[in-house]
Amino acid sequence: MTSNDPVDAARQALLDPGDIGDADVSDLLGRLTARDIDTGELFFQLARHESWTLEDGTVKGGTFGVDRGVGVRAISGEKTGFAYADDIALPALAEAASAARSIARSGQGGTAGPLVRGAAPARYADVDPLAAASEDAKVALLGRIDAFARRLDPCVKEVTVRIALNHETNLVVATDGTLSADVRPLARFDVSVIAERNGRRERGFSGGGGRTDTAWLFATDAAEEHAREAVRAALLNLDAVDAPAGTMPVVLGPGWPGVLLHEAVGHGLEGDFNRKGTSAFAGRVGEQVASKLCTVIDDATLANRRGSLTVDDEGTPGQRTTLIEDGILVNYMQDKHNARLMGVASTGNGRRESYSHLPMPRMTNTFLLAGRSDPEEIIASVDRGVYAVSFGGGQVDIISGRFVFSATEAYLIEGGKLGPPIRGATLIGNGPEAMHRISMLGNDLALDRGVGVCGKDGQSVPVGVGQPSLKIDEIIVGGTSA
Amino acid sequence: MSAPSTTTNERLADPDAQATALKVLVERILDEARRQGATAAEVGAGDDTGLAVTVRKGEIETVEFHNDRGFGITVYAGARKGHASTSDASPEAIRDTVRAATNIAKFTEEDPCNGLADAALMAATLPELDLYHPWQLDVAEAARRAQEAEAEALAYDPRIVNTEGAQVATQRACHVYGNSHGFVEATWATRHSTSCTVIAGDDDGMQHDHWYTVGRAAADLEEPPAVGREAARRAVARLGRRAIATGSYPVLFAPPMAAGLIGHLLSAISGTALYRKESYLLDCLGSPVMAAGMTLAEDPHRRKGLGSAAFDGDGVATRAKAFVEDGVAASYVLGTYSGRRLGLPTTGNAGGVFNLDLVAATQPLAALLREMDTGVFVTRLMGQGVNLVTGDYSRGAAGVWVAGGEPQHAVDEITIAANLDAMFKGIRGCGDDVDLRGNIRTGSLLVEEMTVAA
Repeated sequence: MTSNDPVDAARQALLDPGDIGDADVSDLLGRLTARDIDTGELFFQLARHESWTLEDGTVKGGTFGVDRGVGVRAISGEKTGFAYADDIALPALAEAASAARSIARSGQGGTAGPLVRGAAPARYADVDPLAAASEDAKVALLGRIDAFARRLDPCVKEVTVRIALNHETNLVVATDGTLSADVRPLARFDVSVIAERNGRRERGFSGGGGRTDTAWLFATDAAEEHAREAVRAALLNLDAVDAPAGTMPVVLGPGWPGVLLHEAVGHGLEGDFNRKGTSAFAGRVGEQVASKLCTVIDDATLANRRGSLTVDDEGTPGQRTTLIEDGILVNYMQDKHNARLMGVASTGNGRRESYSHLPMPRMTNTFLLAGRSDPEEIIASVDRGVYAVSFGGGQVDIISGRFVFSATEAYLIEGGKLGPPIRGATLIGNGPEAMHRISMLGNDLALDRGVGVCGKDGQSVPVGVGQPSLKIDEIIVGGTSA
Repeated sequence: MSAPSTTTNERLADPDAQATALKVLVERILDEARRQGATAAEVGAGDDTGLAVTVRKGEIETVEFHNDRGFGITVYAGARKGHASTSDASPEAIRDTVRAATNIAKFTEEDPCNGLADAALMAATLPELDLYHPWQLDVAEAARRAQEAEAEALAYDPRIVNTEGAQVATQRACHVYGNSHGFVEATWATRHSTSCTVIAGDDDGMQHDHWYTVGRAAADLEEPPAVGREAARRAVARLGRRAIATGSYPVLFAPPMAAGLIGHLLSAISGTALYRKESYLLDCLGSPVMAAGMTLAEDPHRRKGLGSAAFDGDGVATRAKAFVEDGVAASYVLGTYSGRRLGLPTTGNAGGVFNLDLVAATQPLAALLREMDTGVFVTRLMGQGVNLVTGDYSRGAAGVWVAGGEPQHAVDEITIAANLDAMFKGIRGCGDDVDLRGNIRTGSLLVEEMTVAA
């Protein structure tokens, strides 16, 4: 092992300050060991974040935060006991361990087995985005982008520019022998503008980032590109006409519209819902759940992507998992707990917002593989419909399969040609039905630029989405023009 | 080690001591800020503990002990400011966190609107709000109550085919806010809840719904079986959906949906949205923003209120007032900073509104349905399709199709769309079925016309 092995780095950052040694860790795991406890786990975390925001032409504020703590989990069959402490010190740890193990009927701790140091290929570099550039440089960047955006068009009235940087160090030890660590960078840059013309105002947004430092912001014109994109979207919407209402064909652009997949099938394929039989996809492995064109992948191994994980929050290496192959459901996404109860292996999708939250099966980077159609040909195939290229977000009801996503940039398609831009509208459909109605797939697979945040049970985690251009033969468009 | 429930209860024992400790911490942080050269500073610190027990299919599924502590500091260096926060209250962490905030202030630019609220506005006396009613709840009792709720739901109807479980939770929070005017005050509050979510199914698939009860005191909660029954009744009511035709119809928003709708209006008149020009209601004071007869009134000092507070996030005394009076915008929702940006005094609403009521002539739900005649009674909304800049509103919805003033059948997989300005001005009736469980209290709201896509 080299000196910058993540386990060593994590021990140094998390355990050394509280003088917690190997013997203490194995004593704590021993407290979580009992006849009817299947797994006991300690998750140590140090998370730092920094953000700078410019509005009204000046950088008016910045924030910095440090959170340090440990989450303790004990699992007995389908029961989970959970407690956490914001103090990585022995008394607090012992108290949390006792609380977590209270679900066990049998008393008395035991001796945990030996820990086996896990290793996984790194999916991102060991860099600290907070320290990568000076404060002066960050503040200057925001000012430069503000001026740049305002110069692009006199209609630009308000500009908000934000840079948000995170760095977390996680260490997992568990009674199943897990000893694993991950050091994760995360950087994000956003531009939001308000454009005004003839009394009408519209917002435009663009952002991006990934598990990197901030070199891409300073060494390339990525920041200017986001400003251009935000201004373009705002100006475009100033000319938008009312969106149509009713059932019609919809063509989605490549990249970020992959929010469709995230909502329509992604959540429904998470192991917890399927173990409980509460997903519209439960018990359907081996069945055709989407059109034959569709192969859907969840991939934590992509380099530097926002949703990527070297190891997940339970110490399982990040993986590439095929969820749907040629329309057939082949795999669910699993964390350890649900995998054990379903008699399969974890797919490395065990994620948690922080030490004070329980892990669950969550997506990483989820996308649909490319097809063969020329994107132009897909639009040309629609007589009357909608072409949507950007979305504000989505939501799914796992149980009924119902999902929505809200377009923020979309156009009418008339006679196979792009028409005027339309006002924002929500699209609603049923996951399995919508996936069956995908009739054309473009050859232009793209991933989003790195702004996705997924919420589940009140926990937020960064994710990626992607897809090629595609056509859904029929879906409900919620405009005002009936 | 003692049993965990005892551990929780030990913490319950002495709220005064806990508040005193937090106040001392806040004073220490303010001292450190002064020592590091801040011209002014403000600190928020909290210590929250809680227990949540979830039961599914009669068995405990999760037992979660919550304990969240931490503080945040805003440091001012003249007209510059910086903010930092941490979960760590050690002397080194205090020093480092103040230093981090001070460092940020060095690099930010001057903003004449920055700074503490005027000292004269600080809450001078603190009204008794009666928010603290700790519940000596242990895991076994919490599980028993959750089991009761879920069992009642599962037995309600043979079409209840699965369950997401029931949860009983108790939470207590002590928060201290202090600033360099010398204002340092503590608030204590408890919050308890019982909730249940079950799944109804038929040949058409599965539908779920939930119900919950929440209150400051355990005695004010609905009994668990009532929660389970209502969850099951609502889930079963979603079965038997039928298609409807795309068109323009009146839409009746059930109380929790109506509260969300009012939330959009409050966001549109909030200072931050206004000074960023991210609102369809710029310069609306004195103009109609809702139908005549509608008043939005705030009552921050209501005893046991779920949104009650004696002072806002700036330490400014809260006070009763109306944001909308007889349909006309009477006040924005302002904190100190956003007020200064708009050239207006703070309204004591840093952090939002505190107990908001829709005050209007009300009628029973049946009368509203008759008045609607033909349209959609919306009981669920999905998605984020609300654009506050333009007021464009387009969301996924589900509920009940109404014809001839009578409920006909469930509807699902529809969207409702209109502009918020037209929706609020087109409110044609308010129900007396007020939902008392939230910070915004309203009955059902009948909106004249929206586009329904199906």
